[in-house]
Amino acid sequence: MGIGTSVLLKMNAEKALLQLGVEATVEATDIETARAATDASILLTTPDLVDRLQGLNGQVISIEQLFDLGEITEKLAVALQA
Amino acid sequence: MATTLGQAFGSGSIQVKADVAHWRAALRLGGDLLVNSGCTLPGYTEQMIQAVEELGPYIVIAPGLALAHARPSELVLKTGLSLVTLRQPVEFGNTQNDPVSLVFALSAVDHDSHIDLLQLFAGLASDQKNVNSLLTGDSIEAIRLALG
Repeated sequence: MGIGTSVLLKMNAEKALLQLGVEATVEATDIETARAATDASILLTTPDLVDRLQGLNGQVISIEQLFDLGEITEKLAVALQA
Repeated sequence: MATTLGQAFGSGSIQVKADVAHWRAALRLGGDLLVNSGCTLPGYTEQMIQAVEELGPYIVIAPGLALAHARPSELVLKTGLSLVTLRQPVEFGNTQNDPVSLVFALSAVDHDSHIDLLQLFAGLASDQKNVNSLLTGDSIEAIRLALG
């Protein structure tokens, strides 16, 4: 909850953004903090938690494999084009 | 701060080929090992279980591998990790990554000081060769060797 899963996801999201040549700030947060982060343009999470992030301004991306840099890069690329 | 991942696993923090019937029992064991190794007080274990009950099996972060944790609190005495390897895998209800044979538990004193540790952990968890060594390791020595 802001210290485990999300930190790992943040690390790999930063690598993916670097590959995509996109400058962005990535924060690792728990669900409550993410729900309050109204300025986030993209929210990355795992499939179990997607439902808890509905109704926010940002796009929600569900990452099935936290350590699959290919999946994260691909999904971020699509989201960034939207 | 630990410079190798193995240093984060204190004395008494690893149990090999444990027999558990359910994911809760696996987390309880992982929590006990954090208590044994001086990282947490027993209430932290219940918080780890509660987090899964409330939020779901999001702690199953890779095929066969879970990383349990709760928030930093007064129940955390120091930052550390424990590992339970299971003789028979258990289901957490995670469609992508069940069943789970490697249950790590993490305690963190705050939101920042364990980040280097998680970098090392990410390296381990994303390397299938290391993960296989953890799965097949049948002694604490073998597990420590694989942890690095």
